[in-house]
Amino acid sequence: MKRDSVTPADLLKMAVSGNRHAIGRLLSLVEKGGATADEVGTATHPLSGDARIIGITGPPGSGKSTLVSQLLKVITDAGLNPAVIAVDPSSPLTGGAILGDRVRIDATDTGAFIRSIATRGHSGGLALAVPGGIRVLDAVGFDPIIIETVGVGQVEVDVTATADTTIVVANPGTGDAVQANKAGLLEVADIFVVNKSDLAGADDARRDLELMLDLSHMTGQEDPTGRRPPIVMANSLDGSGSTELWSAIVDHGNHLVSTGQIEARRAARTRAELHSRAAGRLLAALDRAIDSPSGQAIVDGLRNRDVSPAEASDQLMRPILHED
Amino acid sequence: MSQPPIRIVLAKVGFDGHDRGLRMVARMLRDAGCEIIYLGLRQTTENVVAVVEQEDADAVGLSMHNAQHLTLAPRMVNALRNADLDVPVILGGVIPDRDVAPLTEAGVAVILGPGASAEEVVCAVREAVASRS
Repeated sequence: MKRDSVTPADLLKMAVSGNRHAIGRLLSLVEKGGATADEVGTATHPLSGDARIIGITGPPGSGKSTLVSQLLKVITDAGLNPAVIAVDPSSPLTGGAILGDRVRIDATDTGAFIRSIATRGHSGGLALAVPGGIRVLDAVGFDPIIIETVGVGQVEVDVTATADTTIVVANPGTGDAVQANKAGLLEVADIFVVNKSDLAGADDARRDLELMLDLSHMTGQEDPTGRRPPIVMANSLDGSGSTELWSAIVDHGNHLVSTGQIEARRAARTRAELHSRAAGRLLAALDRAIDSPSGQAIVDGLRNRDVSPAEASDQLMRPILHED
Repeated sequence: MSQPPIRIVLAKVGFDGHDRGLRMVARMLRDAGCEIIYLGLRQTTENVVAVVEQEDADAVGLSMHNAQHLTLAPRMVNALRNADLDVPVILGGVIPDRDVAPLTEAGVAVILGPGASAEEVVCAVREAVASRS
């Protein structure tokens, strides 16, 4: 198959008929960005929107990939056709990346489609190409689609704006009840997994999460429908917990549908993606304006104390926002 | 628009437990700006081909220290060709000089021996990827 001689529309036809390399190439076009990525988006958008999107996030080394591997077996045994986007970080210095999630994900038996994606400079735990990648995988018929984030700390919660169901993976021995009540990652879970539950302290970790959820209830921060995120104990040594996790994911999916939350979540996701795309264009326009001769004059005026910061930003933005 | 990074699958096929070299090569290529889809130990030819398809990789790097290179490297080349994948195979590890000619004949793009510098590894990968049709 010669590269660069096949259009996105041709690739999509091949991809829909099951050609896995065509799917892979569409995902590369999405990652590359620009006009061709937009073409892929235009072609796949009408065919997508139905797949369940499951986000898996948690600290580095918490066992996300291994858990995904276990989960894929359960999902394919249930007769479904899953795909995975596994995100790993790009080096901020060289742009290089070691995408190592496949070392842990054994897909030879399940036949699941897995794509490793580097963040390529994007922060927040995901890559810019993730929404477009989901659209490709959805359009060619994968459901559910699992998004595994980079190993995250406390505040990288982009995945919640992308997934229908967000799973946060925690481990024994990584913090006490105060850690569990800090703002951020733990607030966004629809399901918790205490992974490596064979290790000492697993019951303590579970108790700390339960107490944190008790407090969410007391302070009114719980889900408006009153749903309490379940905590699944998992251990990849013997595979325990993966069946329970899949049941919890299915239950949460049904809950989203029965309460109508699915529509609200997907509306918010659509808004977030449009916002992000539009913000990208706005930032590009801003860069052009500030680097132009008239923009440089505004910078100079600000530096020489001829104008105030507020006046300078008004001058810069007026032509971009067409407010003149 | 700048070219996207080279994406290379790194694996050891067959029964071969020595992956320190492969991890070093992964690091060399990472520091040269490549994206490495790292598979590690005990991969099958079929699995590597499936990964190349899904990951739309530009090259396959095999590391071999089990003296099966005359069997497994040509098998990888042929499996990729049979899957209609125009992807060069780069071989590293312990490869005796007398095996270089038959491996090249069999379609292995580059053969790197022990002691290859980061620069040699990176140049070899870049050239092999650039020479694709």
